[in-house]
Amino acid sequence: MQIAVLGAGHVGPVIARLALAAGYPVAIAGSGDPARIEMITEFLAPGAVPRSAADAVQDADLVVLAIPWHRFGTLEPAMFAGKVVIDAMNHWPPADAPSGTSEEVARRLAGAHVVKTLNHIAYQDMEPPGGRAIGLAGDEAVEVVAEFLARIGFDPVPVGPLTSGRLLEPGTPLFGVVAGRPEFEKFARELS
Amino acid sequence: MNTFGLDTFGDVTHDAEGRPLTHAQTIRNLVDQGVLADQVGLDFFGIGEHHTPDMPLSAADVVLAAIAARTSRIHLGSAVTVLSSDDPVRVFQRFSTLNAVSEGRAEIILGRGSSVDSFPLFGYDLADYEDLFEEKTQLFAELVKGGPVTWQGKTRSSLHEQEVVPFTEPFPTWIGVGGSPQSVVRAASHGFSLMLAIIGGHPGRFAPFSELYLHALEKFGRSPLPIGIHSPGHVAATDEQAREEFWPHYLDVITRLGRTRGFATPTPESYAHEVGPHGALFVGSPETVAEKMARTMKTLRASRFDLKYGIGGLSHESLMRTIELYGTQVVPRVHDLLA
Repeated sequence: MQIAVLGAGHVGPVIARLALAAGYPVAIAGSGDPARIEMITEFLAPGAVPRSAADAVQDADLVVLAIPWHRFGTLEPAMFAGKVVIDAMNHWPPADAPSGTSEEVARRLAGAHVVKTLNHIAYQDMEPPGGRAIGLAGDEAVEVVAEFLARIGFDPVPVGPLTSGRLLEPGTPLFGVVAGRPEFEKFARELS
Repeated sequence: MNTFGLDTFGDVTHDAEGRPLTHAQTIRNLVDQGVLADQVGLDFFGIGEHHTPDMPLSAADVVLAAIAARTSRIHLGSAVTVLSSDDPVRVFQRFSTLNAVSEGRAEIILGRGSSVDSFPLFGYDLADYEDLFEEKTQLFAELVKGGPVTWQGKTRSSLHEQEVVPFTEPFPTWIGVGGSPQSVVRAASHGFSLMLAIIGGHPGRFAPFSELYLHALEKFGRSPLPIGIHSPGHVAATDEQAREEFWPHYLDVITRLGRTRGFATPTPESYAHEVGPHGALFVGSPETVAEKMARTMKTLRASRFDLKYGIGGLSHESLMRTIELYGTQVVPRVHDLLA
């Protein structure tokens, strides 16, 4: 399974490293020319291939969105059709929106299978994953993403359909929680 | 040569009964803390710009000038200046003036801003976060070169052969990096030193950033520049005392900041981890803190360490004790360990 990580900032290289360590081929894209992130990739995610976002997504089975929320609108939605997409973005400061941000992502990326996860753990807590519980919310492709998360070292805990992604957003009791499965499931049950 | 400093965000200090002091008294106390830092032989005293009622240090350079007037050796700077929401020309003028007043002891650490309160205050849009920093850093790099500046961009009016005064001795510019690899590369490309802000998790995870920086300096044809570390901590006579004094205030501050910045609420377990050998808090006895500092500096190839002391709610007296222990006991030990 080919992984495309969009974002070469705080989070992207960490996820790329975890995926590489689990044996996945990984392409990584920043904004614009891939030459701009060559050095970053060489030192922070050696083994990943810097590519343009369009090229990386085209060849990927699984796409991870690890870009700032305010850049999401710059992505060309058509290229995500049929792809499994992990939405690891957060709205800062927390949005007071009626629907969750991943629902917005799914609406814009029509035809993509969007799963919200990897957004609620700080990047500095991702390495090593150490079997830490991680929530995921989605309507489709949840199993594919759960398998990916398990292989890179997390303990995936489904919390419901994509509308339940709100449970994982900033300001919720699950956000930023470094916990094992029982504690995480207990929180999730209390919230849903 | 290894150098050692203290950074503070100017949190409101409390009196012995735990009541918050006024902003004015907090600021006056801060001047005394800077003077003590000089007396105990430290190399640097930095104040981080903040704009909230619990961190009222919005005009750090004025406080630094007051400290400059009462000291003769210690370097004085920001930690950080939120350049994204300021005018680089004005920032350059203020720090050049500080440099003149202090006889060449100014330093500046530029940051994008982890606390983003200054954006709405000065009318900036957070959506422009990266562009603002990119462009303003570039202009600042032109300004510190000296001589007339010609510059054009989107974030302020352009400059044509503009003399920006006062002219003073050159002063060091650092870029504070919290986790953005682009900022590491940017620092190297402008010939600015790298200050790694390590406030959570294993400090060792920053090692690839140091390697990236050193490689980038070489690639851009820059001469070697120092790497520094900024990390929070507290020093007391024993590990137990330091941990007990720090914990309630750490819990309180991180819980409050976490609501807007996404930090997890600390637990006794997470705290034990952060103060332990694999965490980012330098809290403990002089021996413990010195040993951890020396190890972290080696791992990250750093020659500068700035301890961020003074978390909100501690008393001025407790902070003065930390400064004294840090200067007289911690730093000499680290010098020995690294010798």
